[in-house]
Amino acid sequence: MKEVAMMETVETIDVDYMELDDIIEKEFGLNKENLIMILQTIQRRYNYLPKPALAYLATKIGVPMSQIYGVATFYSTFSLEPRGRNIISICLGTACHVRGGARVNEKLEELLTITDGQTTEDKRFTLESVRCIGCCSLGPVLKINEDMHGRISSDEVKKVLDQYE
Amino acid sequence: MKIQSLEDLKKISQSYEKQIYAPEGIKVNIGMASCGIAAGAQAALNKAIENYKENPKIEIRQTGCIGFCEQEPLVEILAAGKPRMVYQHITEDKIIDIIESYLAEDFKTHKKLILGQMRDPRSLLDDDLKNPVGGIGPIDGIPFMEDVPFYSKQVKIAMRNCGYIDPERIEEYFAKKGYAAFLQALKKTKPSEIIDIVKASGLRGRGGGGFPAAIKWATCAKHHGDRYIICNADEGDPGAYMDRSILEGDPHSVLEGMLIAALAIGSRQGYIYVRNEYPLAVKRLVTAIKQAENYGLLGENIAGTDFSFNIKISTGAGAFVCGESTALMSSLEGKVGRPRAKYVHTVEKGFRESPTNLNNVETYANVPAILLKGADWYAGMGTAHSKGTKVFSLVGKINNTGLVEVPMGISLRDIIYNIGGGIPKKKKFKAVQTGGPSGGCIPEQFLDLPVDFDELTKVGSIMGSGGMIVMDQDTCMVDVARYFVDFLKDESCGQCNPCREGLKQMLDILTRICEGDGKEGDIETLEELGSMMQKFSLCGLGTSAPNPVLTSILYFRNEYEAHIRDKKCTAGVCKALFHYEIDADTCTGCRVCAKKCPQEAISGEKKKPHVIDQEKCIKCGICYEGCKFDAIKIC
Ligand SMILES: Cc1cc2nc3c(=O)[nH]c(=O)nc-3n(C[C@H](O)[C@H](O)[C@H](O)COP(=O)(O)O)c2cc1C
Ligand code: SF4
Ligand code: FES
Repeated sequence: MKEVAMMETVETIDVDYMELDDIIEKEFGLNKENLIMILQTIQRRYNYLPKPALAYLATKIGVPMSQIYGVATFYSTFSLEPRGRNIISICLGTACHVRGGARVNEKLEELLTITDGQTTEDKRFTLESVRCIGCCSLGPVLKINEDMHGRISSDEVKKVLDQYE
Repeated sequence: MKIQSLEDLKKISQSYEKQIYAPEGIKVNIGMASCGIAAGAQAALNKAIENYKENPKIEIRQTGCIGFCEQEPLVEILAAGKPRMVYQHITEDKIIDIIESYLAEDFKTHKKLILGQMRDPRSLLDDDLKNPVGGIGPIDGIPFMEDVPFYSKQVKIAMRNCGYIDPERIEEYFAKKGYAAFLQALKKTKPSEIIDIVKASGLRGRGGGGFPAAIKWATCAKHHGDRYIICNADEGDPGAYMDRSILEGDPHSVLEGMLIAALAIGSRQGYIYVRNEYPLAVKRLVTAIKQAENYGLLGENIAGTDFSFNIKISTGAGAFVCGESTALMSSLEGKVGRPRAKYVHTVEKGFRESPTNLNNVETYANVPAILLKGADWYAGMGTAHSKGTKVFSLVGKINNTGLVEVPMGISLRDIIYNIGGGIPKKKKFKAVQTGGPSGGCIPEQFLDLPVDFDELTKVGSIMGSGGMIVMDQDTCMVDVARYFVDFLKDESCGQCNPCREGLKQMLDILTRICEGDGKEGDIETLEELGSMMQKFSLCGLGTSAPNPVLTSILYFRNEYEAHIRDKKCTAGVCKALFHYEIDADTCTGCRVCAKKCPQEAISGEKKKPHVIDQEKCIKCGICYEGCKFDAIKIC
């Protein structure tokens, strides 16, 4: 289970309710069983789960907000806070671990001065750890947005980060 | 067109056989599974398409994972009357060169890039085809793929089509006998007979537990209600990726397996629960389902019978525990994925409180092959109680990383040394971890163990989903145990005490040991905690969670003791318990380490032995990894 601080910050995000309606109704047929996939679609759209969107979703499909929070905090893919422009997924799966993934992670934390789940102040990067992306043969693996960087060593980390704005 | 009969199927498949075995132009198949793409296959594919877009004779196509991930990107080139060549490490900058050299029939210039020539590209299911292989004889001096040590001991059943067909073309699956088993069963076999065949084959579930598939099917069929078929594609075990590879390389084999299960059990609706981290698998599945629907192989009144079956895809959201069957079903219902006690089995009350049959991806992929070739054929492979083959992902400190499918009963030594090519950089083998976070670490003394469900259990590990993580002298077993406990603590759903608190306690102790604060009695406390968790946890996550700790204590107790008593980590992993020193006799003074050290902690004159300033050193290991002369020692 991941630990997430409930957000108290006031959000000033524009949620497009018409579009949200389409997602919930047309794409997922107002079906409660599709909650996880609806949340995934919302997160893809906004890069995180904005509170107003969740509140709207709750009334739309008739699931209490507490349950939506429950689901959003249980599953590690969901983020209740805005994330950075670039999402770094550092693999801490076993195969990457025995090939030195932890050292790459340390380097990332050192360079970005953030830890797992956090976003840099300039919103350039969010650092997230994952446990295996299924590319173990290329381990240690680092994924930034959709780009895979395999067989990476800690002294190459900076060069890789520099490619992202 | 809707397929109505086996004859319809045959007609389509015959017209595609030529294309996959002896195409008229030149066909270039690029391995485009996630791992291939990560290694640069997409760029190579784009480059080739762009370069040959005016040339209708050269067809650039994608295929799935051929398994030898270490050599990726892999590219195969074939043409009627020419040899089938497989090339390795083909990135964007090399793709045009190798295609041109193939066109010129020059197999010398880029010989190093040739992995081998294929003697026979047929799968085990196509043996009645007549001479499908291209014309001219083999090229001298180039090994056959079938003789390359990585492949020679493999037997591909679940992965029979991966790397041979375009996963986004159902017709190529047809040409590989696809859907023949299902149509035959639909038209000619009674549900109970299907179950009998699967039973006689001895097929056991490939998702971890090894439960006999036929028993699950038969019990599910007995219960009344809307029965569901679920495919578990959550693949949460880090280091295992065979399910991803099958879904990306041959999605129809899984759909067909599910169809056969649905027929046997009497189900109208199936679900595939795919891990969120596998977007390409989802994409290929969606395409596959649509194509099967277009041919009338999924949907209502399949092939003119009263059998109807639909499949939906659902994606997980990053929770390891959702691979557990009851948690998975709860997650499918859009809820938090917490396991429940299985007093009532899911085959009776599972998804939506209805009878549900859940199997793993690889389990389903085996089913069509069993129906086509017969139970005896399948049961002829393997050991007394583990039949057929198993796909393993061979990863970690091993030369040939990749996916290997081998008959059950093969020895660990065969897998690691013959297929896997041993340990890189001449380092010493220490252990192989099987079964993921629920498994254990197997030491050298058991290398000759025949690998099957029961033998692995006997030594304290499990088969699990088939992850095999090889560890060498540089892996610290206490750190590995701590790693797994840390993983499981994050992934425990937290609803039952023994698992939640037990893992927390274990992690505290293991972290202390790794930081140099281990105490006498810690090992015994870990053992006690472990046995408590095994007995009292609710689900498989908690009951198996102590396995990595307990097996590492069993086989590597001396390492624990060295950490606790001598404050030493001889593998050089636990930073508080070792330091690096440069061996003055071996050091050549090449200065590589001094240049690389981020702390500028290494000094010395050119061609004279160097020294490390321990005050400055942060033990990042860059010098240790980078020294060509092994002059840096762990002390
Ligand atoms: C914590 C936990 C995680 C699991 N993860 C998976 C998984 O990722 N994939 C899988 O197929 N089975 C997984 N299983 C096993 C399933 O519960 C189930 O036994 C299996 O999918 C049944 O299919 P099979 O009979 O074909 O093996 C897991 C079990 C536990 C306890
Ligand atoms: S054993 Fe662990 S994961 Fe399983 S139900 Fe209990 S707390 Fe949850
Ligand atoms: S362990 Fe890192 S990709 Fe599998």
